Amino acid sequence: MTEAPTRIVPTDIAAGVPLLSLRGVSKHFGAVQALYDVDLDLPAGQVTALCGDNGAGKSVLTKCIAGIHEPDHGEMLWEGRPTRIRTPKDAAAIGIETVYQDLALADNLDIVQNMFLGRERTSRAFLDEDSMERAAAATLASLRVTTVRSIRQTVATLSGGQRQAVAVARAVMWQSKLVMLDEPTAALGVAQTGMVLELVQRLRDHGLAVMVISHNLNDVFEVADRIAILYLGRMVAQDRAAAFDRQSVVDFMTTGGSGRHTPTLAVPVDGAGRG
Amino acid sequence: MTDLTEGAAPDLTAAVEVPPPEVAAQTLGEYLSRWWLRVRSGDAGVLPVVIALVVVAIVFTVVSPNHVFLSPVNLVNLFDQSAVFVMLAIGEGFVLLLGEIDLSVGYVAAIGGIVSANLVQPSPGWPWWLAIAAGLAVCAVIGGMQGFVITRLRMPAFIVTLAGYLIWFGVMIIILGNAGGVSITSQIIDGQRAIYGIVYSYIDPLVAWIGLVVIIGAFGVYTWRRDAGRRRSGLVAPPVGLTVLKIALVAIAGIAVVAISNVDRGTFLPIVGVPWVVPLVLVVVVACSMLLERTSFGRHVYAVGGNPQAARRAGIEVSRVRLLSFVLCSMIAGIGGIIYCSQLGGMTTNINGGQLVLYAVAAAVIGGTSLFGGRGRAIHGLLGGLVIGAIYNGLYLLGLPVQWQLIATGLVLLAAVSIDSLSRRGTVPTRE
Repeated sequence: MTEAPTRIVPTDIAAGVPLLSLRGVSKHFGAVQALYDVDLDLPAGQVTALCGDNGAGKSVLTKCIAGIHEPDHGEMLWEGRPTRIRTPKDAAAIGIETVYQDLALADNLDIVQNMFLGRERTSRAFLDEDSMERAAAATLASLRVTTVRSIRQTVATLSGGQRQAVAVARAVMWQSKLVMLDEPTAALGVAQTGMVLELVQRLRDHGLAVMVISHNLNDVFEVADRIAILYLGRMVAQDRAAAFDRQSVVDFMTTGGSGRHTPTLAVPVDGAGRG
Repeated sequence: MTDLTEGAAPDLTAAVEVPPPEVAAQTLGEYLSRWWLRVRSGDAGVLPVVIALVVVAIVFTVVSPNHVFLSPVNLVNLFDQSAVFVMLAIGEGFVLLLGEIDLSVGYVAAIGGIVSANLVQPSPGWPWWLAIAAGLAVCAVIGGMQGFVITRLRMPAFIVTLAGYLIWFGVMIIILGNAGGVSITSQIIDGQRAIYGIVYSYIDPLVAWIGLVVIIGAFGVYTWRRDAGRRRSGLVAPPVGLTVLKIALVAIAGIAVVAISNVDRGTFLPIVGVPWVVPLVLVVVVACSMLLERTSFGRHVYAVGGNPQAARRAGIEVSRVRLLSFVLCSMIAGIGGIIYCSQLGGMTTNINGGQLVLYAVAAAVIGGTSLFGGRGRAIHGLLGGLVIGAIYNGLYLLGLPVQWQLIATGLVLLAAVSIDSLSRRGTVPTRE
């Protein structure tokens, strides 16, 4: 990111269709309206940070994309085509993976076992450990996760950053195209956070669409190409990261508007966002 | 950072730098030193149970009259008695791995034995294999019912199986009827002779030696080829010395069992040979080990025990895994019940299913299975069952009344659970 754009570029087909577009998505639970008419674009090869205060609807939106909730209204376009994601399996089938905040790893299993959990490779009814170990090692190497001593050590013996790396590696293993990370650096130390953010950038460099849900503005500005901000269930701002500064993001998160930035729903989507 | 986030993710920034010894060890010496480090950190594997077995053997050899504890006749007797505990412990292990408990296994086992015994009585006169299959099927149905209530109605396993304990105790008394017992000591009826013979018929010594050579050969070739293959292709593998040591230990244990059993232990008529219950137990141990450690189902059992949320998010059908584990627990307990029936020559309403449950849990936990779920192996049931069998047998040799057996078993259970809790404290990362 070398310079801030001086004007907002409207969404343009010529600039490329986003991997996933949400149009007018609404979701309510009983009397509680969690999402109102939300638009969101997640382009491939870019990191989109989803920000918002507690209760803004970040996790509901994430769960709608992950297939845990189904929106009441609205449209989802996957690679430009209307798609319905009803179950987590639907999401996984088209290439959406979610890394949850609590990591969803089993402490008593080793790295390979965790990475293949629920999708074990078998040959003649028995686990094909050799092939799983090779594939897991290759994935970790491609993400340059090299600090683990052995991929056969249990996850309980790993540091927080290493655990996060394993969770991310598991998500990208399945030819996924969109990876959503829920608060990936919460509860991590400084060095560990740096390692996870590097990992996020590597996913982007692999051409994946990445959505990072984060409270931490340091992380957001370090890693995001685009920022989307929810306020009380509405998408109040969505733009390239350089169009924001710290204060404007805080304003949007806490009041839904900012005098420092004119929000637009016409979203720039281009590969030139990063220097 | 607020207290809330600390509580939600307490182990994220701390790492315990004691990886398992097979990780990164190149030589046997290095492996052993790493292993010792791990033992000191609390995760001792099978070491405590092996030590316990040695200590129990030494104590009872010293104090038993004429040191009969280590005599061949008593050791074979010990194998027979332990077999029941081993089966119950392995069955209970499936449920303990989930972090649950099954308190009904004692009477479920008894019902399995009684159903099989009833079916080889003259009046239905079923062949032994059909009677055993029916007994195990009844146990599976019982396990399925309990598992269904636990998984679908979301009731705690502790309560459901406590209810099961009473219900199956009652059902057992009903099945036994007015006679209050069933006997299977007839040598004329084929079915009865077969079930009675599980414990009281013996493999020809020569056949036993040949069988042993075949088993050790197969195990050795399989283990060697697997480890060598993994070493060649650069995968994580134990050092050569460890592979050799593993094969050697299995060979020594096998030779010891066959050699002891092949000593004539008869008083008037010669009694020689390995009782059939020994290979039966071996088959169950191997089958359960394969199921737990080499199949997707087994992997899912560990995952559900380690982190049910993670398992669910990984797409594992957690309810199905739990239900099947309860079915397996009851079925394997049923095998134990049939062995018990063989050992006692039948069953009566005097069976103490409550004590059997405690022995089963104690054996599994002494063997190294965690009460907290996620850690345990079939071999733990075997080793723990032998310890419980040895205590049971040794106290009997001393002629101590039952109250002392109860107290001793209780103390051993307590010791095992303490080790379990300590090792749990050692392996879970702690925040300084």
